[in-house]
Amino acid sequence: MRGMSTILIVAAAAAFTPFSVQAEEKTLTVYTYESFTSDWGPGPKIKAEFEKTCACTLNFVGVADGVALLTRLKLEGAESQADIALGLDTSLISEAKATGLFQPSGVDATAVKVPGNYSDDTFIPYDYGHFAVIYDTQTIKNPPKSLKDLVEGDASQKIAIQDPRTSTPGLGLLLWVKAVYGDKAPEAWAKLKDRVLTVTPGWSESYGLFTKGEVPMVLSYTTSPAYHMVEEKTDRYQAASFSDGHYIQIEVAATLKNAMDKDLAKSFLTFLVSPAAQGIIPTTNWMMPAAATSTPLPDAFDKLVKPGKTLLIGSDEVAKNRQAWIDEWLTAMSRK
Amino acid sequence: MLTLAERRRGIGAGLTVLIAVILFVGTAVVTLLAWDGDQSASRLFTAYTWSILRFTLLQAALSTLLSILFAIPVALALARRPGFPGRVWIVRLMALPMGLPALVGALGLLGVWGRQGVLNGWLTAAGLEQPVSVYGLSGILLAHTFFNIPLAVRLLLAVLERLPAEYWLLSASLGMKPFSIFRFVEWPALARVVPGVAGLIFMLCATSFTLVLVLGGGPAATTLEVAIYQALRFDFDPPRAIALAFLQITVTAAVVGLVTLLPAATDMVRTAGRSIQRLDGRSGPSRLWDFFVIAAAVIFVASPLLSVLAAGLRADLWKLVTGPRFIQAATTSLAIAVTAGTIAVTASLAILNARQAIRDRRDPNLAERLLSTSLAGTSSLVLVIPPIILGTGWFLVLRQFGNVGDFAPYLVAIINALMALPFAVRVLEPALEDHRRQTARLAAALGIGGIDKWRLVDIPVLLRPILTALSFAMALSLGDLGAVALFGSSDLVTLPWLVYSSLSSYRTNDADGLALILGVVCLFLTILGTAGRKEHNNV
Repeated sequence: MRGMSTILIVAAAAAFTPFSVQAEEKTLTVYTYESFTSDWGPGPKIKAEFEKTCACTLNFVGVADGVALLTRLKLEGAESQADIALGLDTSLISEAKATGLFQPSGVDATAVKVPGNYSDDTFIPYDYGHFAVIYDTQTIKNPPKSLKDLVEGDASQKIAIQDPRTSTPGLGLLLWVKAVYGDKAPEAWAKLKDRVLTVTPGWSESYGLFTKGEVPMVLSYTTSPAYHMVEEKTDRYQAASFSDGHYIQIEVAATLKNAMDKDLAKSFLTFLVSPAAQGIIPTTNWMMPAAATSTPLPDAFDKLVKPGKTLLIGSDEVAKNRQAWIDEWLTAMSRK
Repeated sequence: MLTLAERRRGIGAGLTVLIAVILFVGTAVVTLLAWDGDQSASRLFTAYTWSILRFTLLQAALSTLLSILFAIPVALALARRPGFPGRVWIVRLMALPMGLPALVGALGLLGVWGRQGVLNGWLTAAGLEQPVSVYGLSGILLAHTFFNIPLAVRLLLAVLERLPAEYWLLSASLGMKPFSIFRFVEWPALARVVPGVAGLIFMLCATSFTLVLVLGGGPAATTLEVAIYQALRFDFDPPRAIALAFLQITVTAAVVGLVTLLPAATDMVRTAGRSIQRLDGRSGPSRLWDFFVIAAAVIFVASPLLSVLAAGLRADLWKLVTGPRFIQAATTSLAIAVTAGTIAVTASLAILNARQAIRDRRDPNLAERLLSTSLAGTSSLVLVIPPIILGTGWFLVLRQFGNVGDFAPYLVAIINALMALPFAVRVLEPALEDHRRQTARLAAALGIGGIDKWRLVDIPVLLRPILTALSFAMALSLGDLGAVALFGSSDLVTLPWLVYSSLSSYRTNDADGLALILGVVCLFLTILGTAGRKEHNNV
C-alpha cells in the first residue's frame, strides 16, 4: 500500500512540474482567470500568436475569476511573479489602483473603443460585454422590454441570478439596478425578489439551470446568444433588449510595477489590442472586442442586442459603496 | 491488555497526529491573522450574521434529524434481508452521492424535483397549473437528505451487520417479536453510533455552501460558510473571516458536543464468530414493509443519479475521454484521492489506537484523558474548518518557498485528508473496537505482537473496514473542487475542476458527461470498498 501511494505521489509531482524555463529565453507571466486559459478560451491561441513575434515564452496562471485575481495579487504583493494582470473589470479598478501594484502601461490605446468611452493610462480594455437577461424563446413569448418591466412583470416567469457577494455578474446586476433606480433600489429588489427563482454562487450554476430548462431567464451577457448560434447552431436563447439601458462590464489588462521586462509587457499589451488578438477574443471569450479585429465577426454577432444606452457607475463610487449596497440588497432580499 | 511498549507506541502515534493537525490548522490561521492588510472596516457581527447563524443551525438540525429518521428503517431492513435481490448494489448505490460534486448532485435532484423535473411533469399532466417549487428550506432539506441518508444508512448498516450471530439465535429461541428485537437488540447497537453519525451529518450540513445557495432561493437561506467565503474572497478581510469561522466552529462544537454526550456506549459481549443468520422477519407484513422501505430509499437516491446518467449520456463521452485535459485531470484526481485517502485512514487508525491504548489503562491520568478527548474532538471538528481559510493561509506560507502551484496538489491532498478524517474514524471505530475486544486477551496470552499481530490477527479482519474507509475518503476527495482551486494554477486540473471549467465556458453538455464519468469512477471505488462482502454472506 505504502509503495503504491509513493509511486502515485511521485507521478503526481511529475505531472505538476511547471514548464521548465529556459534561461536564455525571455518569459512573460500573465495572471488571468481560468476560463481565459481553458482549452476553449482565448489563452492557447493568444499564446501561440504572441510567441510567434516575441521570441519569448508566455505563461498563463489562471485563477477562478477577476476577483480571485485581485486577491491573489494583494496576497503576493511586490513579490508576485506576475508581469501582467489580465481580467480585472471596471468595478474592481479603483481597488486595484489602491494596491499601488500597477504602473502606467505606456501603450498607445487610441485604437481601443468601448461604449461609454472608458479609457485609462494604466488599465487597458481588451473586451467588454453588456449584462443582459437571456431568455428561452420556447417558454417566454413576451420578454421584458426594460429593467422596470423585469421588476414589475409576471412573477411566475422566473429568473436565476447570481450572488453579488461571490460573483461578478451578480455584482453587475446589483450595480445595474442601482444605476437605474438609485435610492429606490431596495424597493425594486423587494419586488424583483418574487421573480427570482434562486441566487447562485456563480455564473456557471445559474447558466446551467437555464440551459437545463429549470428556469426560463438568467442574468448573463448580450453576447451569450452568440455562443449558442455559432457553436450549437440554435437561436433558441436570446437576450432581452432593455430600453432603459444595459450595464457594461469592461475587462482590462495592466502591467505590474515589478514586471521583469517592461518592454516585453508593453509589447504584449500592444498585441492584446491589435487586430490579430482582438480577432481571437469574440468567439473564444464570447465578449465584444475592444478594438478592430483582423477578421470580420461571425454573422451571429450582428444579430445580438445592441444596447441603446450604456450604464456604468465609476469604480471609485463602487469601491466606496459596495458593502453598503450589498447590505441593502441582503436586507431587501431576505425580507419574508 | 496491551503491553507497556504497545501502549506507549499507540499513544505516541495519536499524539503525533494531533500535533500535526493542530500545526497544520494553526499555521494557516496564524499566518492569515498576521497578514498586514487593511483594517477590518465593517463590524464583525451584524444582525444579519445572527440571522444566518440561526438559519445555519435550523437547517442543519432539521437535515440531520430527517436523514437519521429515514436512514434507520432502511438500515434495519437491509440488515434483516441479507439475501435481498441486488443488495450489494444497493449498498454501493448508497456510497455514490458522496463522490458527486455538490452542484452535480443539485442538478440531478432538480431533474427529478425541479420545476421542469419528472415530478412536476406528472403533476402538470394531472392538471396542476403552477409547478411545485422546492426552492427554499424544503430544497435545502431535500438536497441534504439526498446526500446524507445514504451516508447514514451505510454507517448504521455496518454496525448492525457486526452484531454477533448469537443474538439472532437467542432472540429466535426466545420468540421475540419485531418490536422487542428492535428494543433489545437493534436499538442498543444503533444507539452506540447514532450520536456520532448525527454529529457528522450536522457538521456537513452546517458548512454546506453550493447546495444551500443553489436550492435556498435567496440570501435569506444561507450559511455562515458563505459569509466566510465573501469575507476572504471579495473583501479580503482575514480578521473578519477568521472571526466568522470561530463562530461557526464554536457553535457547531457545542451542538455536536451535546449530541455526543447523549448516553450511549453499551458494551457488547464476545462472540464465537459464527456466521450470521437472521431468523426474524419471516412474516408476510414484515417482508412487505422491508421491501417497501428499501425500494423507497433506492428510488429516492437513484432517481437523481439516473437524471445525471441521462444527461451524461447525451454528451460525446468518447471525445471527452480522449480530450487533452481528461487524462491529466483523471490522473491528478486519482493521485490526490489515493494520497488523501491513505493519509486519512492512517491518521484515523493512529487516533483510534491511541484512544484504545488510553482506555486500556485502569485509571488514565488527566493528561491522557485530555489527549483522548482532544483526539475525539479533533477527528470530528476538522470538518467545520472552512477549507478556504486553510487554503488561503497555506498559500501565504508556501509562497515564500517558491511557486505555490508546485505545492498545490499536496495541499489539496492534505486538506482533503482532513475533511475525510471524520468519515474514516466513523467507519473504523466500531470495527476496531469489536476486533480488539475479541482478540486482545488472546493475542496477549499468546504473546503475539508487532508485525506478526498485524499480519495474522488484525489484517484479515480489519482489511474490509479499512478498504471501506479508504473508499469513503477517496470518493470524498474525488468530488471536492479543492480549496486551492481559488488560487490554483493551470497545472492543477482535477475532474471536478474540469466539470466547472466546462460549465463556465458554456459547455453544459461536456459538464454533464464529465459528471457521469466522475460518478462511474466513484462506483468503482465503492466496489473496492465493499469487496469481500459477498464471500462473507455465502459462508
